[in-house]
Amino acid sequence: MPLLYLAMREDGWLTEDGMREVAEWTGITPAQVQAVASFYTMYKRERTGEYLISVCTSISCMLMGGDDVLHAVEDESGIPHGETDEDGLLSVEHVECIGACGGAPAVQVNYELIEGVTPDKARAMVQWLKTAKPGVANTDEMQGLFGGRTSFDWAIAETDGAVGPYPAFGPTGTVEEST
Amino acid sequence: MNDATIITDRMRAHPTDSHTLARYEQTGGYVQARRATGMSRDDLVELVKASGLLGRGGAAFSTGMKWSFLAPPRPAYLVVNGDESEPGTFKDRQLMERDPHQMVEGSIITAIANDVHHAFIYIRGEYAKPARRVQQAVEDAYGAGYLGKGIFGSDYDLELTVHLGAGAYICGEETALINSLEGQRGEPRLKPPYFPAAKGLYMKPTIVNNIETMSNVPHILGMGVDDYRALGHDDDTGTFLFSISGHVRKPGNYELPHGLTWRDLIFDVAGGIPDDKELKTWIPGGASAPWFVPQEHLDLPVTKADTGKAGSMLGSGAVIVMDETTCVVRAAERVVRFFAHESCGQCTPCREGTTWLEMILRRIESGQGRMIDLDVMLDVSDNISVGLGWPPKQTTICPLGPSAVSPVMSIAKYFRDEILDHTENGGCPKLRGPVAVSIG
Repeated sequence: MPLLYLAMREDGWLTEDGMREVAEWTGITPAQVQAVASFYTMYKRERTGEYLISVCTSISCMLMGGDDVLHAVEDESGIPHGETDEDGLLSVEHVECIGACGGAPAVQVNYELIEGVTPDKARAMVQWLKTAKPGVANTDEMQGLFGGRTSFDWAIAETDGAVGPYPAFGPTGTVEEST
Repeated sequence: MNDATIITDRMRAHPTDSHTLARYEQTGGYVQARRATGMSRDDLVELVKASGLLGRGGAAFSTGMKWSFLAPPRPAYLVVNGDESEPGTFKDRQLMERDPHQMVEGSIITAIANDVHHAFIYIRGEYAKPARRVQQAVEDAYGAGYLGKGIFGSDYDLELTVHLGAGAYICGEETALINSLEGQRGEPRLKPPYFPAAKGLYMKPTIVNNIETMSNVPHILGMGVDDYRALGHDDDTGTFLFSISGHVRKPGNYELPHGLTWRDLIFDVAGGIPDDKELKTWIPGGASAPWFVPQEHLDLPVTKADTGKAGSMLGSGAVIVMDETTCVVRAAERVVRFFAHESCGQCTPCREGTTWLEMILRRIESGQGRMIDLDVMLDVSDNISVGLGWPPKQTTICPLGPSAVSPVMSIAKYFRDEILDHTENGGCPKLRGPVAVSIG
């Protein structure tokens, strides 16, 4: 699975070539790689934009207006959920619970969380991504700009963040197996 | 009963740096793991067994018992489950983000108690920031000599690997998590024979414990069994993290002893319903749990036993509150949609059943419902969870399918008139737009 993240990082999304390469590295068939990749939501096997906007519409976010936030993002960006714009800049998706129910409704940009989002702030966020094109989607910065109530008090800001449609630290914890 | 807290103390006292190694050690961190290197395995297991600690991942199984079941062949593995994804839960995110060392120390102690030399922390892929924090904590612990060769100067070796999921709720199920960790599709394994304690990760004996469970372990050693037990009551020892969300004034994670009533929890702890609206219903223990209603359950004590007797569960401690303005059909549709999306597809009753339940609920909501739909839903539900009882008699490998039945059973039981009203009068009276989305 870390190799699939690596392949995504190389190409921006999980291409057939990427999956084939992973198959070669691991000595299994491309079909087996695809079987694994297709099981998981976060392996994007279609072209995905620089900024992946994920709007939570699960129960707690729905109760607090998550559907309205999704509609605002779709309307402002002109991208229906599940799609990417022509420039490859933005992708929009609706997601199931992202564990921010206390700060619902919640949105993620490249899996960096923003809580307490309103439809108006979601529109402003879309415009910001389009114009400012931040090199780093920083969760604390975005929370300050477009967020509201959070699930719990926010700790100090980090300087790091994600770039591209995957978590910044990519494949992690790959300690050599001794056995 | 008292109002003492343990696992959230540090993050509340030191909001800016509770996640750092320096602060963790300055507040008594890693003292217990160091101590554990000099203790015998049997003593550690007995200690945790005596503490009455129950797994905090939802199933509430005795952690000490789980440890004592670990089969003798070695190597054995420890897997810490940070795949928290159930709608309504966000407690493990807080524990990983705000106090990762606490959970790492608990994992070290657990590894020592079970003669484990390679442990894994599996974190859901969407938790980018918590995963960074945990990764940093693990690296710092390696740097300090608390992980790696000869931890704390002893002759005990322990590797700890952080692994990232990729978006699949089902990987929170322990055997699915093991499959996922091995690089497979995250499909649950059949038990028997694949009990993790006997045939787990790489077919070796494996312990799977939740993040909150791990966070409790250092405190059991630190406080001693008696003080730890005194925090809770009877069979529910220690504290419990409740994640309260939905229509309440103060949503959030609250570390509480068991034994408050639901009225205390919703109206006192969480501040009640905004704009003084009426409470309509709530989900007491995560999206999988059957719903509660104020006329029957408001003054029940919040304990595992009382909640179970009333036909639901505390599960992962996620309380989702809905006020009088909520359309229960839409709410149920949203919960069922989650399970339909997250069904791994192995078992027919779940794969087909959850999808049908979702589609039927959506057509009722949008005014296309038929009078027979309620019966059809109950029939489909019965195929997943025979007899629609609680706890469910599942026809599937894992409990995901029956979880999708909970909301359907609940609204059929308590809100039958509202479902029929939807069907007779052309859909949801509160419909503000088209039902937003289709399944992915």
